[in-house]
Amino acid sequence: MLKEQLVVIGNGMAGARAVEEILAAGGAAQFEITMFGDEPYGNYNRILLSNVMNGSQDPTEIFLNSLPWYTENRIKLHAGTRVARIDRFAKVVYDQAGQGTPYDKLIIATGSSAMIPPIQGIYDDDGKLKRGVFGFRTLDDCNAIVEAARTAKVAAVIGGGLLGLEAARGLLTHGCEVHVVHLSERLMNQQLDGASGAMLLDAMKALGVQVHLSKHTTALRVEHGRVAGLDFKDGTSLPCDMVVVSAGIRPNVDLALAAGLTVERAIVTDNHMRSIDDHNIYVVGECAQHRGMVYGLVAPLWEQAKVLALHITRRDTSAQYLGSRLATKLKVMGVELASMGITEPVDEEDEVVTFAEPKRGTYKKLIVRKGRLAGAIMLGDLSKVGYLMQSFDRNTPLPDERLSLLFDIGAPAAKVTFDELSADAQICNCNGVSKAAIGDCVSAGKRTLKLVMGATRAGMGCGACKGMVSDLVDYFCGGQAEEDLTASYYVPCIPLSKRELIDVVRARGLRAVSAVFDALCDGVEDPMSKPALASLLAIVWKGEYEDERDARFINDRVHGNIQKDGTFSVIPEMPGGLTNAAELRRIADVVDKYHVPLVKLTGGQRIDLVGISKELLPDVWRDLAMPAGYAWGKSYRTCKSCIGVDYCRFGLGDSMGLAVEIERRFRGLDTPGKLKLATAGCPRNCSEALVKDVGVVAVEGGKWEIYIGGAAGSHIRKGDLLCTVDSWEAVLLLSGRFIQYYREHAKYKERTYVFVERLGIERLRALIVDDCDGLAAELDKAMQESTEATRDVWLERDAPKTPNQFRSILPVERSSVWGEP
Amino acid sequence: MGRAVTARVKLGLVADIPQGEGRSYHVDARNIAVFRTRDGRVFATQAKCPHRQGPLADGLLGSDSVVCPLHEKRFDLTSGCELGGGDCSLAVYKVHVDASELWVELP
Repeated sequence: MLKEQLVVIGNGMAGARAVEEILAAGGAAQFEITMFGDEPYGNYNRILLSNVMNGSQDPTEIFLNSLPWYTENRIKLHAGTRVARIDRFAKVVYDQAGQGTPYDKLIIATGSSAMIPPIQGIYDDDGKLKRGVFGFRTLDDCNAIVEAARTAKVAAVIGGGLLGLEAARGLLTHGCEVHVVHLSERLMNQQLDGASGAMLLDAMKALGVQVHLSKHTTALRVEHGRVAGLDFKDGTSLPCDMVVVSAGIRPNVDLALAAGLTVERAIVTDNHMRSIDDHNIYVVGECAQHRGMVYGLVAPLWEQAKVLALHITRRDTSAQYLGSRLATKLKVMGVELASMGITEPVDEEDEVVTFAEPKRGTYKKLIVRKGRLAGAIMLGDLSKVGYLMQSFDRNTPLPDERLSLLFDIGAPAAKVTFDELSADAQICNCNGVSKAAIGDCVSAGKRTLKLVMGATRAGMGCGACKGMVSDLVDYFCGGQAEEDLTASYYVPCIPLSKRELIDVVRARGLRAVSAVFDALCDGVEDPMSKPALASLLAIVWKGEYEDERDARFINDRVHGNIQKDGTFSVIPEMPGGLTNAAELRRIADVVDKYHVPLVKLTGGQRIDLVGISKELLPDVWRDLAMPAGYAWGKSYRTCKSCIGVDYCRFGLGDSMGLAVEIERRFRGLDTPGKLKLATAGCPRNCSEALVKDVGVVAVEGGKWEIYIGGAAGSHIRKGDLLCTVDSWEAVLLLSGRFIQYYREHAKYKERTYVFVERLGIERLRALIVDDCDGLAAELDKAMQESTEATRDVWLERDAPKTPNQFRSILPVERSSVWGEP
Repeated sequence: MGRAVTARVKLGLVADIPQGEGRSYHVDARNIAVFRTRDGRVFATQAKCPHRQGPLADGLLGSDSVVCPLHEKRFDLTSGCELGGGDCSLAVYKVHVDASELWVELP
């Protein structure tokens, strides 16, 4: 049988989901499928863009369907190709190059774009958004925002709905001042009422976001071609240097309009998700209008895709979409909330049940109409939300005792809740996974959270339901969910914990990374495991470690930090931030001689020469004549300090001298994560020693406090006081003992702030200070041997370790080229 | 015009590339990256990562794949396909070792 041609315009979540459903309904035998995607990527989870923006997820982690998925399913994908026109009468779609693709059935899943409100001056003369103004819809938008946020001081987000708040959260992580400008008098006015909106406002303020409510933006202010601020209708204004617009969505309907389909707010469909004008054209997602509703959430989209698939494949021609009742459960700015139906009672017959505990950020409100749930808002505590959402969705009668709707009274909560949850209740709203699907998956032998998530995708959308999925897995396993073994492996390709791997490596004398792969992985080399193994072997073997450079990240092959243009940064050693005229003069000469494009003081009190090509590194190091600063690796980085006792009126201890001693002892040491240290001459902590991996603070009486596990990067944590000692020697000994214990026990890339929290300061103090397990002597010896084995790697300038170590592009002899017909 | 011509180019000695690493070459107005695995095989791809133009030759090399040093995008060296969920892909070229010499075929 000749297959029908199915063309899908749009490769976003709706288009790809519709195709997945069609394949699941056996559509592969029926259709040759061609998909057009506007963006040059595969299909990604738009809900997670804010995670990409705040850096908690890499863009690669949010892709839903990878390239092989399209090939495996014989789908012809035109990524980055925009469809320009639909010829309904010839049944052909044309792309911008004029190339035609015929269809028997067509699916329009063009989604939506950011709605840009009428703001004077927001567009360039050529109709594009002004430089410094961004929508927030696509991966490209997201990347552009991140790029701009790096240099922006003040960012304004127009729109205080869900997406706007997510954008604000993302911007915060880039260190700019963030303002949210919202038209309504409360945040997320679609989902929240006054009280819950106010609680969310408090949470936002606590996070450092400034919120401007009831503000109508009228004009964009531009000075010298750059964004300078926003003007509001009430005459006030807000200076800012970048603007993110997240004021709602506008369905992409131009193609449908031009093709003569009925378009109101979006493309009007019937109950089978077909255009009401053309039964060969289906519409799904944010560009579809069904019974007057246009949905911007994923759950309705999944339901539409399912109906569409059953109908288009003729598996069930009676399948109908009857609209969705809107219920959302999400996490915004770290606050968990759920909202369904109406947010305020409509008449006095509507019964309102509320509970509020603002101090703890808990708020629950139900609106009951004729004994059934008409709306609900829950903030902070979502323990009953599964039951409520189900009851809202089905419109089933509620129990008379309203209290039990808000709280679990007595009885073990989870069990009761899960028992009363029906089998088809949706647990993961992002990926449409039901309670039964998770149960089936567990019955099929997948008895860990990770396996269930991998197989069903539950919890892999926004992540808000992950806790519930985990509890459900445990529930279906009868409380016997299995530990995920791979989580304890040091590297994914070898089924051993770090401790076990160290024992094997020692026992079998494996001194090189390739030897480990040969012995334990049949010689198959996993690139991502190489640096982790190199770190472990360096820690175990010290001077006897066989340093195969290919196992090292590029930074550790050429001893500099790679930049986005492939050049490197050079940071010479400068312990405690101490320098002198001769060093500064040499640095200045290097900057001139090699035309160094950027010279920057670092957060670690050093001088960074940025933008140096690989070929120039050896010459630059030679001219600097300073030791390497190790500012590139998973290693001891630096120790900064305040000015200490000689000049400071408040100084209690010689912090500068101690910083120099610390740096001399630990420089060049491989560690699981980077180590940043500081010393402070008094408890005022000018050098920020309390937020360092190891911080040493002088206190009255000639004593020093040692703090461990502090951080002030993407995560902020005050270090825990390990102990107070009375000499530099004791500082070096005990901090060294802690560092060695961390080297031997932390996972690769596990920073001390995670490690210290994981083990607990009491346990660490018992081990390091009280020597409860009798490890001290061994740790001290290992640290001594390790420090003796370090050397200045910049000396490789005169003795390269590998052929062409500092060359990027190798020359080719021209005479050796031959052509063949 | 229009006729496909394959050029065979001698890049140099295979020993110019350290074992388990890659290096770039400039050939016929384009840059290619050549990788030499520890088990003695060689692969050639376009030099820059399609994601953000990272230098692939500086990446971490596995038995069949390379990881870009900038954002850890991972590519299969035989097909050029991106691994791990993304869908960028690399141009790949035929490359082989002939008497310690490294030869690449360019379309």
